[in-house]
Amino acid sequence: MKIHEYQAKQIFARYGIPLPVGEMATTPEEARELAARIGKPVMVKAQVHVGGRGKAGGIKKADDPDQAFEIASQILSMEIKGLPVKKVLVTECKDIASEAYLGVIVDRRSKKPVIMVSAAGGIDIEEVARETPEKIHKLEVDPLLGLQSFQARNLAYLLYSDRKIANQTSPVILKLYQAFSENDCSLAEINPFITTSEGEVWALDAKINIDDSGLARHPEIEAMRDLDADEAAEIEAREKGLSFVKLDGNIGCIVNGAGLAMATMDLVKRFGAEPANFLDIGGSSNPENPNVKAILFNIFGGITRCDDVANGIVYAVKQLKPKVPIVVRLTGTNEDKAREILEEINLTATSSMEEVVKRAIELSGMTQTTMFEG
Amino acid sequence: MSILIDRNTRVVVQGITGRDGMFHTRQMLDYGTKIVAGVTPGKAGQTVEGVLVFDSVKEAKDATNANTSVIYVPSKFAVDAIYEAADAGIDLVVCISEGIPAMDMLEVYNYLKDKKTRLVGPNTPGLITPGVTKVGIMPGQIHMKGNVGVVSRSGTLTYEVVYHLTANGMGQSTCLGTGGDQIVGTGFLDVLEMFEKDPQTKAVVLIGEIGGTDEEEAAAFIKKKMTKPVVAFVAGRTAPPGKRMGHAGAIIAGGSGTAAEKVAAFQKAKIKVAESPAEVAVLMKDNPKEKNR
Repeated sequence: MKIHEYQAKQIFARYGIPLPVGEMATTPEEARELAARIGKPVMVKAQVHVGGRGKAGGIKKADDPDQAFEIASQILSMEIKGLPVKKVLVTECKDIASEAYLGVIVDRRSKKPVIMVSAAGGIDIEEVARETPEKIHKLEVDPLLGLQSFQARNLAYLLYSDRKIANQTSPVILKLYQAFSENDCSLAEINPFITTSEGEVWALDAKINIDDSGLARHPEIEAMRDLDADEAAEIEAREKGLSFVKLDGNIGCIVNGAGLAMATMDLVKRFGAEPANFLDIGGSSNPENPNVKAILFNIFGGITRCDDVANGIVYAVKQLKPKVPIVVRLTGTNEDKAREILEEINLTATSSMEEVVKRAIELSGMTQTTMFEG
Repeated sequence: MSILIDRNTRVVVQGITGRDGMFHTRQMLDYGTKIVAGVTPGKAGQTVEGVLVFDSVKEAKDATNANTSVIYVPSKFAVDAIYEAADAGIDLVVCISEGIPAMDMLEVYNYLKDKKTRLVGPNTPGLITPGVTKVGIMPGQIHMKGNVGVVSRSGTLTYEVVYHLTANGMGQSTCLGTGGDQIVGTGFLDVLEMFEKDPQTKAVVLIGEIGGTDEEEAAAFIKKKMTKPVVAFVAGRTAPPGKRMGHAGAIIAGGSGTAAEKVAAFQKAKIKVAESPAEVAVLMKDNPKEKNR
């Protein structure tokens, strides 16, 4: 799960990471008030779940409260990469002497948390990693031991020749790692981590992604979920124990198992159409999506019994009366029983995945509603 | 021969009194798996499908000489169950449970690294040596004894591929699901190495998906270290970036982990990549290297 910068900063604040004063606002009035309270020039920063906010014009400086009002009203009416901005962070402006990058990730390759630091901060770190990987220092942390102070010091010395700055930085690295490991983060980063001409250090930006599997033990973070930012249908599916991702095509896919679901989508595309969704099931689909022109079920019975799924399909068809054709593929446990059940609603099931995908695409192109013609 | 499980595999089922544990104990027994014990703390003395239940893995192992454990407990208790099995000296632990936090798995992985216990999973369908034994949840009847080793990050997609292999007369030595999570105990490289050494295995099917770089590493390993032919399949060519596709590990992050990159890595290593699950069997059949053997 992604959380916003202002929320990530709330978590960082609990660990004592040095943060400029700031608060979230949802209206230009609130932004003006906050700027007045801060009493200095402020940055107004769009809070959306995408990168590149600065380049898109979503981060701007305001010299006084009235300008904060103006800029906030401008940013709050923006869309960044298709996402409407509904919140801004109003935060104290700092003069930047240097920008670095501090981050921690779950590294799949080494099977360890990996800390990355770079003196080339402020910009897209993935770009740095691609173009000039030598500018990134990495440290694999033993998850059973945790990060040791000397390791944090050595990283800080790699970043700064000024020992006074380095000495302020190493505790930040320790706190960042602690925040990462105690909150089931899959990523925690500060970019940029800045120094000022007065020799101070500040976490100017904050980004945290949370491992979905760890969310259950952090209800306070689960409460940070931005319902506007996530697809409502994806949230609904998650609540029902399903896994759903909305896509732009018009072949609805209902499949048991994540890998088979992806392979089914791929096959839809290969045969010339676009999938409308990824769905690893339980039961019914949402035939209300007007883009959907055909729904295909691809069930490989193992633990999932085909007859259970067939009963589910019959129930869904009777309840929801979908207006688009449905095609079904069933193979495996209790497949014969399932076919009998489907005959009740005049649906014939095939046993080939390729065939069912071709059939769905073929039927989706028809103008009249040929319902349930398997 | 086969890898990891054979007729000497003696299984203890952790979480045997739960719904899934009970159901799959029956399924495994029907397939011929030697299930020698079950474990549910506080339920010692009960029997499930004729299998005696113990309070701890240690007691179960002492009494029955079990060497393999399969875990069906809820994710909240699964990490504890893995540590318990390792502490009891179980050789192979297969964790079916889904939803273990990655942070916990980092600890488990690094703890087990110096131990003799091998972990398969979590979030795995398990493994099967057709005609001999199965430890997991896959439907036994689609498999057939033979010479193709199958390794995959997925469950039902593996069944789909196995179904086509069997239908085309190509049986399997062992089929193993590594698990759909980001951090798993046994990865592609471990399994490829075992298949390379296993005399029964003559060819290998590798089923990958988006997320991480396991497939790229596997491609490099195959090119460098393997003499047996490999056919690959990669799921998720249509997956959008930044979205988790069911499996915790199936996510394209920061533009990396795409199916296109993985397919390219296999092709660069001269490994055939199937366009669909059905085509895996076709490519396996046509494999000239296979014919030369």
